[in-house]
Amino acid sequence: MNLEELNAIAHSERLAQAQKRHHLHVCVGTACQALNSEQIAKALQAALKQRGLQQDAAVKCVGCPGLCSLGPLVEVISKEDSAGPRSLLYQFVKTEDADEIVAHLGGEPVKRLETPLDQPFFTRQLKIVLENCGKVDPERIEDYIAVGGYQALMKVLTEMTPQQVIDEITRSGLRGRGGAGFPTGLKWGTVAKADPNRYPTNVPEGIQSRKFVICNGDEGDPGAFMDRSVMEGDPHRVLEGMAIAGYAVGANYGFIYVRAEYPLAVKRLRTAIRQAQRAGLLGSNIGGTPFSFNVEIRLGAGAFVCGEETALIASIEGGRGLPRPRPPFPAEFGLWGCPTLINNVETLANVPPIILKGADWFASIGTEKSKGTKVFALTGQVKHTGLIEVPMGITLREIVFDIGGGMPEGKSFKAVQTGGPSGGCIPAEFLDMPVDYESLAKVGSIMGSGGMIVMDDSTDMVEVARFFMEFCMDESCGKCIPCRAGTVQIHRLLTKIQQGRATERDLQTLEELCDLVKHTSLCGLGQSAPNPVISTLKYFREEYLAKIKREPSVSANGKRVEEHG
Amino acid sequence: MVNQLNRPPSPAGNGQPDARLLSDKRYKLIDATMRRYGYQGHGLIEALHSAQEAFGYLDDFTLRHIARTLRLPPSKVFGVATFYNYFTLKPQGAHTCVVCLGTACYIKGAREVLNAIEAAHQVKAGGTTADNQLSLLTARCFGSCALAPVITFDGETIGKVSPDQVADLIAQRLVGASQVLEHAKP
Repeated sequence: MNLEELNAIAHSERLAQAQKRHHLHVCVGTACQALNSEQIAKALQAALKQRGLQQDAAVKCVGCPGLCSLGPLVEVISKEDSAGPRSLLYQFVKTEDADEIVAHLGGEPVKRLETPLDQPFFTRQLKIVLENCGKVDPERIEDYIAVGGYQALMKVLTEMTPQQVIDEITRSGLRGRGGAGFPTGLKWGTVAKADPNRYPTNVPEGIQSRKFVICNGDEGDPGAFMDRSVMEGDPHRVLEGMAIAGYAVGANYGFIYVRAEYPLAVKRLRTAIRQAQRAGLLGSNIGGTPFSFNVEIRLGAGAFVCGEETALIASIEGGRGLPRPRPPFPAEFGLWGCPTLINNVETLANVPPIILKGADWFASIGTEKSKGTKVFALTGQVKHTGLIEVPMGITLREIVFDIGGGMPEGKSFKAVQTGGPSGGCIPAEFLDMPVDYESLAKVGSIMGSGGMIVMDDSTDMVEVARFFMEFCMDESCGKCIPCRAGTVQIHRLLTKIQQGRATERDLQTLEELCDLVKHTSLCGLGQSAPNPVISTLKYFREEYLAKIKREPSVSANGKRVEEHG
Repeated sequence: MVNQLNRPPSPAGNGQPDARLLSDKRYKLIDATMRRYGYQGHGLIEALHSAQEAFGYLDDFTLRHIARTLRLPPSKVFGVATFYNYFTLKPQGAHTCVVCLGTACYIKGAREVLNAIEAAHQVKAGGTTADNQLSLLTARCFGSCALAPVITFDGETIGKVSPDQVADLIAQRLVGASQVLEHAKP
């Protein structure tokens, strides 16, 4: 398919959509689907048929519009003659409501189901990565093409050299969205320059590429579901970003590594790959140019450590997900010994808009060092839980209290946890801090992949630290000793504190051990595992002290009574 | 060409494929997956996925079959199968209930939910009831955090469960499922 054909599809699809006066968008993301939203779509379809409105209105299954706590959600977009399109959002929709919704099309909205679209949850957001989620049908490529999909890929292939693409990404200031925040342009440049023959390679038969692009969709952080929503709601965007990355670095083969726990994302990505191949937007000679690019899905199998890039590579190669020391970095020595670009789902989803709208547009959003937007999965004790995308530099207070709607009745804010088991707890005193990579690191947390869990005053912080340490202990791959043994010992100490059997000295041991594990572990899992403990010790020390025995272990003759954990 | 080379030899060593491989059609599915990756080692995890999907768990025979076909040492296949949490080497009960213990669920009381199920159905997390009806598992996160705390029963997601009603919820579904089975019998 070339540019003219692409434009023709976009044009005819837009025309077909313009003929309908009403568009009913039903969210079929995992959360809404669990509440039977597919049945709702069917019921709406049946109601339209019954009232003979099929010519006038269309039902579309779309990805997550974000406000999961009010699901299942149905958005009705109606064309009005004078004032342009009018949107309505219905919350907690049930299949029985379908007829009523259809009956009110074009008239008064159904008041009992309506939720305002001008509430801060929507107005304070800025959507780049999620701009199509909740708008396009993730299972139809034409729908994605109609909103300008694959235009960026065509532009790159026909108008830009690989170096120009890399320069554009570098200039935009995009940084890795997986958590560490490494400059994406720099990474692309390194892979592009890397010599595939520098290290011995071992590429399996049948794969004709000596460089690779890997999309990291192994979203293992509990409490984070940003990547899942992007892969489910806008899979073609990820594929387009991968193809552009492949062109820029000179790779002809890409892998998407997805958790097996996300069956819906896997299904939609498979459909998307098949459609893109059939349309000639993946495969050989894309857009009539010499560039070829293929994408394959690889399933994870429930190992948190596989989010680490070298472990992920080991897993794609068919082995245990064990990390290895870096350097050499995967950019030079990666999958089967070839230079490999590994980017997070969200990073790649940022690429097409940067190419289309320009690096300057992207660089104008966010703070000096952190550009663009970040998607967060806002969960825990807030009124509005769901998926949000905000410009970098927004304050935590705005996220929790404006977008999230604050605490449920009668509770007060205690802390917000970012970065999952690798991050830290941020107390109320930092609520007015801007959210960017550097500020979060300064207070002992990390940006992470974007999980944001709000805790209220009833949360026991020692228990939170113990919970995360239990997670890291289970998920430690066992390759290096500090992580394998250290996490177990830290967990034992935390359990001891929880049981009220610990002493001041245990607290000191705990701090020393955290420091040791942080600085001597092989990979990111171990290096960041103590973060939840360190940050809670720093900001909520009194909770630890309250659980510690007040020196009863020193007996009268000065001898210490040994404690056994 | 690789295909012919890699025909799995019989464990009995008489050159004939094992009878179980011939009689059980599910091995064809696993073989198809391995063929897709050219019987090369990098298809191991995909092969294990399709084996688990076909049998519900990975037994010794299946692991050895995969090792032979992919020409990998059984130790490597066993190592990979035990490294990843998703794979299980134990047969599962007729129904599976998974309790999410992700952070969002945890701070909304998933531990109490798990305790309630354990107490009511006399089963420990990771185990199966004595009558082989229910396997109770835990998961790290389903990504359905807005519905926390979440459990799944035979793939059906149930959100916002409370410790008081969860045991009944599962009991109802167990009874419901067995009634459907009774009904389906000729």
